[in-house]
Amino acid sequence: MTLGVREAKRAGTTGAGGGGPVDAAPDGLRASTRGRLVLRRFLRSRSAVFGLVTIAALYVLAFVGPLLAPWDHTQQDYSAFLRPPSTSHWFGTTQIGEDVFAQTMRGLQKSLTIGLLVGLLSTLVAAVVGAVAGYFGGWVDRVLMWLVDLLLVLPSFLVVAIASPAFRGHSWVLFALLLAAFGWMLTARIVRGMTLTLREREFVRAARFMGQPSWHIIARHILPNMASLLIIDATLNVGTAVLAETGLSYFGFGVQPPDVSLGTLIASGSRSALTFPWLFLFAGGFLTLAVLCVNLVGDGLRAAIDPSAARGTARVRGARRARRFLRRAGAA
Amino acid sequence: MGGFLIRRLANYVLLCLVATFLAYALASLTFDPLARLAERNPPPPAAVVESMRQELRLDEPVPQRFASWFGGVVRGDFGRTVTGQTISDELGRRIGVSLRLFLLGTVVGVAAGVLVGMVGAVRQHRPADYLGTLFAFVLLSMPTFLVGTLLKFGGLQLNLAAGTTLVYFTGEYDPGLRGGWGSALVDRLQHLVLPTLTIALHQIAYYSRYQRSAMLDVLGSEFLRTARAKGLTRRQALLRHGLRTALVPMATLFAFGFGLLVTGSVFTERIFGWYGMGDWLVYGIEQQDTNIVATVTLFVAVMVLVSGWLADVLYAVLDPRVRIGSLGGHR
Repeated sequence: MTLGVREAKRAGTTGAGGGGPVDAAPDGLRASTRGRLVLRRFLRSRSAVFGLVTIAALYVLAFVGPLLAPWDHTQQDYSAFLRPPSTSHWFGTTQIGEDVFAQTMRGLQKSLTIGLLVGLLSTLVAAVVGAVAGYFGGWVDRVLMWLVDLLLVLPSFLVVAIASPAFRGHSWVLFALLLAAFGWMLTARIVRGMTLTLREREFVRAARFMGQPSWHIIARHILPNMASLLIIDATLNVGTAVLAETGLSYFGFGVQPPDVSLGTLIASGSRSALTFPWLFLFAGGFLTLAVLCVNLVGDGLRAAIDPSAARGTARVRGARRARRFLRRAGAA
Repeated sequence: MGGFLIRRLANYVLLCLVATFLAYALASLTFDPLARLAERNPPPPAAVVESMRQELRLDEPVPQRFASWFGGVVRGDFGRTVTGQTISDELGRRIGVSLRLFLLGTVVGVAAGVLVGMVGAVRQHRPADYLGTLFAFVLLSMPTFLVGTLLKFGGLQLNLAAGTTLVYFTGEYDPGLRGGWGSALVDRLQHLVLPTLTIALHQIAYYSRYQRSAMLDVLGSEFLRTARAKGLTRRQALLRHGLRTALVPMATLFAFGFGLLVTGSVFTERIFGWYGMGDWLVYGIEQQDTNIVATVTLFVAVMVLVSGWLADVLYAVLDPRVRIGSLGGHR
């Protein structure tokens, strides 16, 4: 309710074409209080903090690690073929003497960067498509949702795999854009559902009756009100994107040699995985750790932003404690 | 309800058609099946390349090629591969291989996932719950190809430890096997274990998370307390009233989970050397073969369609409101 009033007020002032600074002070204060509340709840969750710290550390490692290591990812050591991990080659060497540590770091760079980019981009597309479909309704909604259904029937993995010959020889950016272009469907559905309820709220109606253009209402009133959902989904989409990227690269449909990603490393390593496990274990371990951390952060964010999702659990726990207490009291 | 289901079915069929056309068009535009021929050393004479081009009808516009291909599909002829084999001959066998993986993986995955999720919810904040959560989180962070490779690794260690071959990790059966159908069955099972597990593990992790939260929502509800109040034991109330209600949202998830299954099976079939539809897709892209890719896409679309339709039916079975609503004359 308070949110609605605030939004209506803001809509009114913007409509009149002024009054920004007057509104800014209480607005900023309230926003920071809610932000601090969410932050405190987030920091209370140990697994979420662990995830955030680890993912940051992995990203730093991916860029700093190669500087510390004596070998480059394309360099070959002709005195060490297929050696297990040692002091000169921390993660061992490949069949042609490439340093597995340098390659893994390079792959981690690529996979994390693509994942981050694709996660953010696909969430952006999802927000726009979902909000437009939900806000306008009618045939726009029907067409867009039909498109979502179509892409569910035609898994994005298939589309990107089939299109892969087109970006062979091109940079990974094209591949990342393609991944983002086919990874937004689920989030778009959720955004549409939320838009349907937001559309009928007082502050949105007020803005509409004051003659605000539709794109303005979507950008200023609809999307900011589901910012929490979008943040959570963007985080989780990063994890999904990393998995999609490595999966496609595993078959050679993604990042192209000579460039490497964790997917191509695992693919080339798993061919002889049974006898030389270091070829794929490190890449696999880093991949799992990275996605796990992203998911933990997403889960922690969800719990911090939307504590009502955890309320049901608290109630059950309370009931159980009460029951135990009663049992003990009865026994005494 | 009949009208509702039929309308849904019509929409699904249309979706299938469009999806297949899009895949066909995309493949026709990006693939270059003649490149392999031109790369040969010594290069083949121009007449050979030209006749190949004629045979593959590369000069015709894409919609026309799609129309003639799809006309064949309706009559049960899926065309030829780039290398000249008929697709229809191989299709049945490959579908059989894939369906075996799909069905077993789904049954094991859904059943175990619902069980793990339910136990996690009922025993919330106990070791069993934490174990299930950890398991699900780690597995959902692992791509299928990593799980498959690790299982292969584990299978090898198991065989070494047992001193005999307990599980196989290539192919679906041993071609040189002698003996009756009993030993053949055992042999098939030994080949089946690891691929099915690879498919099922992800499904278990995926479904268990949703089942757990759906069950938690139900656990605090009034109707469960009412069920206890009228004298049902905790177990009876949970199974008859709790589980059934918590399964309703799962029916919708089932349709979404299928995409995951299809993609997972591509990796699984490749890793364990099963020549199913997923393996065919990768082969088709590598060979730049439009007909194979379009056939696999049609198969995937039909499978998603069937599972979505099944989800609708399941939804109606589980939720009486859907059925009663349709009796009242609503859509």
